[in-house]
Amino acid sequence: MNDIDYGTPAVVADRQVTLDIDGIAVTVPAGTSVMRAAVEAGVMIPKLCATDALEPFGSCRLCLVEIEGRRGYPSSCTTPAEGGMKVRTQSAKLADLRRNVMELYISDHPLDCLTCAANGNCELQTMAGVVGLREVRYGMAGANHFTDVKKDESNPYFTYDPAKCIVCNRCVRACEEQQGTYALTISGRGFDSRVSAGQSQDFMDSECVSCGACVNACPTATLLEKTVIDKGQAEHSVTTTCAYCGVGCGFKAEMKGAEVVRMVPWKDGQANEGHACVKGRFAWGYATHPGRITKPMIRSRISDPWREVSWEEALTYAASEFRRIQDKYGRNSIGAMVSSRCTNEEDYLVQKLVRAAFGNNNVDTCARVCHSPTGYGLKQTLGESAGTQTFKSVEKADVIVVIGANPTDGHPVFASRLKRRLRAGAKLVVIDPREIALVNSPHVKATHHLKLRPGTNVAVLTALAHVIVSEGLLDEAFIAERCEAKAFAQWREFVARPANSPEAMEAATGVPVAEVRAAARLYATGGNAAIYYGLGVTEHSQGSTAVIGIANLAMATGNVGREGVGVNPLRGQNNVQGSCDMGSFPHELPGYRHVSDTITRELFGHAWGVEIQSEPGLRIPNMFEAALDGSFLGLYCQGEDPAQSDPNTQHVQSALPAMEFVVVQDLFLNETAKYAHVFLPGASFLEKDGTFTNAERRISRVRKVMPPLSGKSDWEVTMALANALGYKMDYAHPSEIMDEIARLTPTFAGVSYAKLDRLGSLQWPCNDDAPEGTPTMHVGEFVRGKGRFLITQYVPTTEKVTQRYPLILTTGRVLSQYNVGSQTRRTENVRFYDEDLLEIHPHDAEERGIVEGNWVGVVSRAGDTVLRATVTERMQPGVVYTTFHFPESGANVITTDNSDWATNCPEYKVTAVQLVRVDQPSEWQQRNAREDKKQHQLLARAGTA
Amino acid sequence: MTDISSDIVQSIVAAKRELPGALLPILHDIQHALGYLPGEVVPLIAKQLNLSRAEVHGVITYYHHFRQTPPGSHVVHVCCAEACQANGSEALAAHARERLKDSDLTLEPVYCLGLCSIGPAVQIDETTLHARVTPEKFDALIGALGERS
Repeated sequence: MNDIDYGTPAVVADRQVTLDIDGIAVTVPAGTSVMRAAVEAGVMIPKLCATDALEPFGSCRLCLVEIEGRRGYPSSCTTPAEGGMKVRTQSAKLADLRRNVMELYISDHPLDCLTCAANGNCELQTMAGVVGLREVRYGMAGANHFTDVKKDESNPYFTYDPAKCIVCNRCVRACEEQQGTYALTISGRGFDSRVSAGQSQDFMDSECVSCGACVNACPTATLLEKTVIDKGQAEHSVTTTCAYCGVGCGFKAEMKGAEVVRMVPWKDGQANEGHACVKGRFAWGYATHPGRITKPMIRSRISDPWREVSWEEALTYAASEFRRIQDKYGRNSIGAMVSSRCTNEEDYLVQKLVRAAFGNNNVDTCARVCHSPTGYGLKQTLGESAGTQTFKSVEKADVIVVIGANPTDGHPVFASRLKRRLRAGAKLVVIDPREIALVNSPHVKATHHLKLRPGTNVAVLTALAHVIVSEGLLDEAFIAERCEAKAFAQWREFVARPANSPEAMEAATGVPVAEVRAAARLYATGGNAAIYYGLGVTEHSQGSTAVIGIANLAMATGNVGREGVGVNPLRGQNNVQGSCDMGSFPHELPGYRHVSDTITRELFGHAWGVEIQSEPGLRIPNMFEAALDGSFLGLYCQGEDPAQSDPNTQHVQSALPAMEFVVVQDLFLNETAKYAHVFLPGASFLEKDGTFTNAERRISRVRKVMPPLSGKSDWEVTMALANALGYKMDYAHPSEIMDEIARLTPTFAGVSYAKLDRLGSLQWPCNDDAPEGTPTMHVGEFVRGKGRFLITQYVPTTEKVTQRYPLILTTGRVLSQYNVGSQTRRTENVRFYDEDLLEIHPHDAEERGIVEGNWVGVVSRAGDTVLRATVTERMQPGVVYTTFHFPESGANVITTDNSDWATNCPEYKVTAVQLVRVDQPSEWQQRNAREDKKQHQLLARAGTA
Repeated sequence: MTDISSDIVQSIVAAKRELPGALLPILHDIQHALGYLPGEVVPLIAKQLNLSRAEVHGVITYYHHFRQTPPGSHVVHVCCAEACQANGSEALAAHARERLKDSDLTLEPVYCLGLCSIGPAVQIDETTLHARVTPEKFDALIGALGERS
């Protein structure tokens, strides 16, 4: 179950060296440690402070070896292998030294192994056995740390027991090297040396972000998961993929039967390389939360109590209602929403159900409300709706630009990689209205922070382009060879206009001219430059324009088509990329092929035995509009919660009951389910097989570790619904669905479960041209042939600040919570963040008499809600910020119907608001609370009906 | 920490933050100014130097010289390094412990004040140095401080 630990990290070198270890010849890259070379040769050298996730440290003195021609006993972890070296790992003298060292360790370590929670998985215990420790001559009565230290149980997920600590420093180094938070240190010196969180505080009071790297690194029971303490050591493990953000970390689910004991980041997971964050590592308890609904339920009206029924009855009812509505109102009166949290196979099946069984194109995905501008903007310019790089590529970047993203919170495992690169010397430019953690945190400091006003991304991006063009910083050779000349000439003329200069834009953006100019020069001339961006770019009225602006910058400076550069969208949810790839949009079939394309339509039509409509169907916002005007009356909503996540909640809350029939498939009674007539219980990622595709186009396997609580995985439910509708679907396993996808989609042609099992993961395009996938896109040539520059005219949003609404509200997320929070709110993560707070600059707070912790009414043109204020200089004056993790805060009651001109992606990031001091929840919140209570009562009666 | 000491800390950090290895000089200056290093200065220093609180704390606790609680009205250092030991500093230290046990003075060992030929040496408040200190001379020095018991 445990992976081999090579002791020190792998080294990449041009030169190989061959050495002799205990008579075995082994060849390794120059710079590899003797310890690692020994493991490669199958020789295990005893060790305690070494582990292959961390740089060698050389403190435990167990890994001593003898090297011919050298005096003394060097530590093998810190000694680089050299050609011709002759190493002995075992001798009487070495055995003696190691036993003596171990004796000293054990003289200050409790001997309660049999009742210790690490028993069976303790490196100290194992090493005591390996070195043959038989006695402790010092006795156990001397000075020790058994009783004078307090166990720290403050963290909800792990404990820190200093009595068990051997001060190997692995936890401190993991926090520094792997996570980059530096929350741990060794306090004191000599015998008083202790691992200390923050300023010798409890972990919960320190800077610790609960990523679990220290727990993973600990060789003893000092830092240990509470679930292991409760349940004991696991007996088998299954490799799978995290269901939280778009990083898509590989995990090993350590199991006891069908029960998860702990989730351990997978060392060979290419997206995360053995690292994790508080969500994936620890916040998986929602899967067995008592609030899970595990039986299908139906009701005639949304004011009726729920009634638990058999799968067959629920599906038959759903099918008959969908058909009734179509018979009465026409084929296009129903549709479906696909979730970016479900697997590729499930998303594929839902859009297939809509196109084949519903017979229309009314299918859309929640990517509509997050990264649809990415799909559009990158397709138009580069030719493919996806990021260009692997995450690992950041290790070769010299200049990193982060725009409208907060990686330490939203994509923490990637952020750790990024910070590691910054510590190695890469320069950072942050373009964000807020002072995100990357701007200034331990060992990380942005060279430039362009603190723009929300809604002015396009102005800043075009101004950056203006500087690059007007100061002669273009990569003319790249452009001449790889881009469309005419489009480039038009763009060049456009951005060079004085109206697009940083000077002209300053009034709108609020960013000082010198900062824009310096940032542009750094990006264009600082070596490999990579742009990472998030929803702060896409969720605007000009979201697509901003994505185009980013692609323009990359092409203009030749920063596409190799490692260390590129355009990298940081995807919000685990399978945003995948759900888009799978044809979940109303205008596209799998592989981003437009429904108006006859050849594609015939390909799928032929395979599915149906005729596919040639007109695009309804987008999510159009579905709500159509519901209100009486033309869209039936919805199948898979794993999504538009009633909480979509903008202008009151609009959504009026559209949903206007539909005659709503089917919700989810783990919990979410906000949308309150308007549903059929509830189909969903399965968590632990309960099904499938694949997720992360932000780097990496397809990774999700593996079933426990049976679905409801008896069916989601793909089985969709299949059963299709069959109930009279459209035959017959798959025995999700691998067969993937085989169908591969048959019909050129970019997936080479993908199969067998290959995924063999290679761990695959980055599409994966086909005959790239049988093992494509880590870097647009190498040598853009997917669309020649890259296309497009004009990015800045158009201010119509959501303007006025005297009545003088502040701009922007939204985002925090590390411990995820999206609408339906998962993380049902875990101990609420101990880190248990309500949505309104962040406000001290200046704006003082002007309104608001102090820390006050209730404030937030009023926009769309609605109003009440949030608790937190006063922080992270904000700029004139801008306030909140999150949308808790349904009761109604953050989306305030956001408006404004959306991206090209894709309808909502303008979540800009809402003009006013703040007022209040002493009670808003009217909407009170009504919503009453409704919530009522719906839970209707749910409580389900089992008894 | 008062506003005044916060201002002192800010100005010390501002003056030295650009030095290579600025942390130790800053810690020395703050302890010199305030007499000790209150826990509240740690986040201020950490933020300015791009370090974590834990890192600053680790350095403070590593060096015995750095104090995390306010010292007494005066700080008395008795040299306990080799040369002074050879001249009887252990006995002097024992005397000093006894003499000061109920006083509000802070007694600390120090390892070499550079007066090896004329030990045992004593330093008071890091301002005055005293050589060949006998128990009697020690009592006289203490008496001159006008300590409150």
